[in-house]
Amino acid sequence: MIVRELELDLDAFEGPFDLLLTLVLKDELDLRELDVAGIVLAFLERLAEHDQLDLEACGEFLVLISALLELKARGLFPDEAAELAELEPEEAAEELARRLAEYRRMKDAAQWLRDRLDGEGDRFFRLGPAPLAPKVEQPLAPQEPARLAEVLRLLAKEPAQVSLAHMALRFPPVSRFLERFRAVLRHRSRVDFEQEMSGLSRVEQAVAFLALLELRRNGEVAIEQAAPFAPIRISRTDVEREDSWTLRSA
Amino acid sequence: MDAPLRLISTNPLDQLARTIEALLVVASAPLSAAELAEAAGDDAERVESALGLIGERYREGRSGIVLEHVAGGWAFRASRDAAEACARLFEKPAQRNLSQASLETLAIVAYLGPCSRPDIARIRGVAADSAVANLLERGLIAEAGRDDPSVGGAIKYRTTPLFERIFGLESLSALPRLDDLGADADEIRERLHAVAEKRTA
Repeated sequence: MIVRELELDLDAFEGPFDLLLTLVLKDELDLRELDVAGIVLAFLERLAEHDQLDLEACGEFLVLISALLELKARGLFPDEAAELAELEPEEAAEELARRLAEYRRMKDAAQWLRDRLDGEGDRFFRLGPAPLAPKVEQPLAPQEPARLAEVLRLLAKEPAQVSLAHMALRFPPVSRFLERFRAVLRHRSRVDFEQEMSGLSRVEQAVAFLALLELRRNGEVAIEQAAPFAPIRISRTDVEREDSWTLRSA
Repeated sequence: MDAPLRLISTNPLDQLARTIEALLVVASAPLSAAELAEAAGDDAERVESALGLIGERYREGRSGIVLEHVAGGWAFRASRDAAEACARLFEKPAQRNLSQASLETLAIVAYLGPCSRPDIARIRGVAADSAVANLLERGLIAEAGRDDPSVGGAIKYRTTPLFERIFGLESLSALPRLDDLGADADEIRERLHAVAEKRTA
């Protein structure tokens, strides 16, 4: 089992463990958002899949995960970056004294609050949610009836009919092109699609293409195209069949 | 003989004082002088004077109801003589069994707020999560925005008017000055420096 290849699926990260470490070291992943417990769980699950305890993998994992934890802890407390151990004894003493004094003051303040609470223990008062405030009325300015009627009349006017004609795409029926292709193919065994369709609108060309596919499905025609965007060539498949179809559709 | 005479005095503020009494009886939280003035339809200065009159009427030893200036406003409470009787009938859930951790957290939020859990943890040296949750539930602290997202965007907390009311504070400025607290900090500093000198020597 190789620890570095451990697959992780966490909220903040998905992928192998060594990629995670790389991203963390490059500061591209915020450790504060990383669920370290999730990594441990993933490792334990992986470990449980094997019968024998892989001591080497466990050791490597411990080293990596504790390094990650230390990095995360430092990230959470940026002030602690100035490690006391790296300071001169005098500076360290000063830093410790500063922290202790800060805490000491708050501890005294807590004691003051405790004393205060004991002293105020015999003060009883009513507590409750705030009652509802009355609604503020917003009176309207004086209105002239004639003016109001005028405005209402404006609102009551029938709106002009809006034409939607330009929005609808009018599709010609597919059957029209089926007939057209069949008619053309009765006289000629080979037809060039583009040539046949020149002069038609885009919509008509699209419907014509659908008709062509329909004919192909029925086996009435064969379609060839040498390359994408090359001319499409249509040819009659067999005369007999075409006859039977035209008879039937007639 | 003094008291009954006063009650029927013809002080020009009497009508306003009666209105304010009524407002304070209805209110469930302290009302500021400005709020009282608006509701009574009178000016703030006259309201202040009327409050003086009411405060004289409702004071400890004279009435079962006492006027107090608390949490930035004015409110009625029970007199201290009646505390025992009140305690038989009513609980005080917000301040019962406040732990040392909760009180220290409360002190930090009161002095340094708005501040976040990491701020509190940094000073106390231990995680503040449960103390903060406890104080939130009691209504002694409340959320007050978030830290800058660039430093994690942690939720910040401040104390509530309920905190001031329970501790009988007119406002947060009624807390003792921080400089006056932590008297033994200097002693600790001296001891630490003594140790440091020994190590350098």
